[in-house]
Amino acid sequence: MERQLLLGAEAAALGAIDAGISGVYAYPGTPSTEITEFIQHSPAARNRGVRAAWSTNEKTAYEEALGMSYAGKRVLVCMKHVGLNVAADAFINSALTGVGGGLVLAVADDPSMHSSQNEQDSRVYGKFAMIPVIEPSNQQELYDGVRHAFQLSESLSLPVMVRLTTRLAHSRAGVVPKEPEPERTLPAADALPSAERFVLMPVNARRQYARLIGLQRDIEQLAECSWLNRMVEGTASTGVLAFGIAYNYVMEVREAFDMDFPVLKTGQYPLPLGAAQQLFNQCDSVLVAEEGYPVIEELLRGFFGNGQVLGRLDGTLARTGELNTDIIARALGLEPAPAAPVPEIVVPRPPELCRGCGHRDLYLALNTVMAGHPHDHVFSDIGCYTLGALAPFSAIHTCVDMGASVTMAIGAAEAGLRPAVAVIGDSTFTHSGMTGLLDAVNRRSSVTIIITDNDTTAMTGGQNSAATGSRLEAICLGLGVDPLHLRTIVPLKPRLQENIAVISEEIAYEGVSVILARRECVERAAKRNRNT
Amino acid sequence: MKKNIILAGVGGQGILSIAAVIDLAALHSGLEIRQAEVHGMSQRGGAVESHLRIADREIHSDLIARGTADLVISVEPLEALRQSPWLAPSGRLVTAMEPVVNMEGYPRIEAVRRSLLETGAPILIDAQQLAEECGSRRASNMVVLGAAAPFIGIPPERLEAGISELFERKGADIAEMNTRAFRKGLEASQQQAASPEGPPTNAMT
Repeated sequence: MERQLLLGAEAAALGAIDAGISGVYAYPGTPSTEITEFIQHSPAARNRGVRAAWSTNEKTAYEEALGMSYAGKRVLVCMKHVGLNVAADAFINSALTGVGGGLVLAVADDPSMHSSQNEQDSRVYGKFAMIPVIEPSNQQELYDGVRHAFQLSESLSLPVMVRLTTRLAHSRAGVVPKEPEPERTLPAADALPSAERFVLMPVNARRQYARLIGLQRDIEQLAECSWLNRMVEGTASTGVLAFGIAYNYVMEVREAFDMDFPVLKTGQYPLPLGAAQQLFNQCDSVLVAEEGYPVIEELLRGFFGNGQVLGRLDGTLARTGELNTDIIARALGLEPAPAAPVPEIVVPRPPELCRGCGHRDLYLALNTVMAGHPHDHVFSDIGCYTLGALAPFSAIHTCVDMGASVTMAIGAAEAGLRPAVAVIGDSTFTHSGMTGLLDAVNRRSSVTIIITDNDTTAMTGGQNSAATGSRLEAICLGLGVDPLHLRTIVPLKPRLQENIAVISEEIAYEGVSVILARRECVERAAKRNRNT
Repeated sequence: MKKNIILAGVGGQGILSIAAVIDLAALHSGLEIRQAEVHGMSQRGGAVESHLRIADREIHSDLIARGTADLVISVEPLEALRQSPWLAPSGRLVTAMEPVVNMEGYPRIEAVRRSLLETGAPILIDAQQLAEECGSRRASNMVVLGAAAPFIGIPPERLEAGISELFERKGADIAEMNTRAFRKGLEASQQQAASPEGPPTNAMT
């Protein structure tokens, strides 16, 4: 078949389509968003009626996928690393229930935090759930790897994780697809998974947990003979054990510096210990090159002692950040070509709220109101509006996780902080803010929740939001917000005074108030105008 | 053949379209391609860059090491300077000279120009002005691509074919306008490279 130029995220998506999936469930998050978007725009997937819609959050996405798998069909679920925290409950338990049709979790980690709050390593979650994890090193391996993961999932009746990191997800390369598989058919009624598997009451859960433990030897064996492993022979006394995309940087160094060190590349976890043992036998020391946490390095120290293992734990590699060719070269004692420094006159150019964005007008009004209070701190959340933390607005003072603005404001209000103001976007509110608002209503908290409804999930490129406009109003009223304290403003310059008045009034109210700041995202509006 | 190219600019200026054209031309030339992009938060008016590598043999790394780029293509002068440490000693720098001033402390453009002239033999292009002559400022990224074309290692005709392929879904007139912009940039670049004085020094003053 013809070679296509695909982002890693797109290669994963095409692999899933060609594996015959019936659905993809996801919540957008950089660097995972393009997986689902590719399936949504794929004519092949559309013709086959592949379900590809955004879920309200990662937990609902994971459970929807589990249901599709229960019904016997292949399904993909995608998220970014922090999203897996939200889905963790369902994810860990699905290792106990096992699956019906193949279930593959594609999760994209973001070392160096290009667009994230932390660097957490999803392989830890894979180990925690005791399921197989694969980590391809390039786009072709990713395409093949996703198809492999579906087979693996069905052969073990377990979910399988495919881990990507930023550079793999967001780098383009040629991919040659293979013959697609047909979609699965719905099984006969008596072929659905039994209640003994899927009802995780203690009596069943203990049996299923024993099954999962019993499978571990098989999972290790499969990793040992995985096609994702490769040995590059060499004679140097320091070898390299490379995982995922780290392999590419290692091989770049090997070529650029004309070196002869042996490299064991592996892309399937748990670690193939037999293969690693061979490398350690051959070398005096081994550099462990992995993106993210020192997951494998830690394990190897237990096996081979501290002296032989080089990596992030002994400082050979920096403890944080993504890898690259220069970092690997230095870790191997090689000096990269000298490069000129960035000229001194170059100043930073941070991201900013778009020109004409409604959040700017909201923050202008909010800052004016807050300036009149000794405690002017505002709880915020994750989305475009988080950019209000930067100059010139410096309008918000927290951003911890999706939904935390609302619940942190409740806690602060209960500590006596006045005013307690939260800012949260429409998509983030439905993702994790609604339950917090119910807490606020039940406890009659003195909080003001500003929902910045721009009619889209703007930060990740404008995916549909689960609820916007009048539905948000209905949700707030349904959760018990007093209609007198559910106000709507339009963040526009001419309305500044009006908006200042509304915010001031609601902040003065000792109880739950919600302000819907409603104005369409400028990017979305521009796109809509281009398309009409 | 192996080319390490850094593309630079400000989020929203269209550097990924430049990358897409080179990618298409390389794909149709049977070359290996690796092209790392920046997505997400950084795109909102922040500094963005893309590492693009093409070769007639296997390419390992998606990222280019500092000091090893054959070419920096930038649609903004300060962003060109930000990427200058990636240039190899023999590398070339091609940039549009219209500044995007959306932050505090943007240096004086004369200082930026002086600093750019220290990067070897840069090609400095008034891309927006040339694009406007072709019909729209939005095509200034294709002017810059044209100016960089002599250094990419792929014949200009193939790059033009890439432009047609990329823009055809937006209509034939858009594709033609972008092709004109590309040619205008190529012409300006060739004139500048042939001129014994190098880049004109009065273009921005």
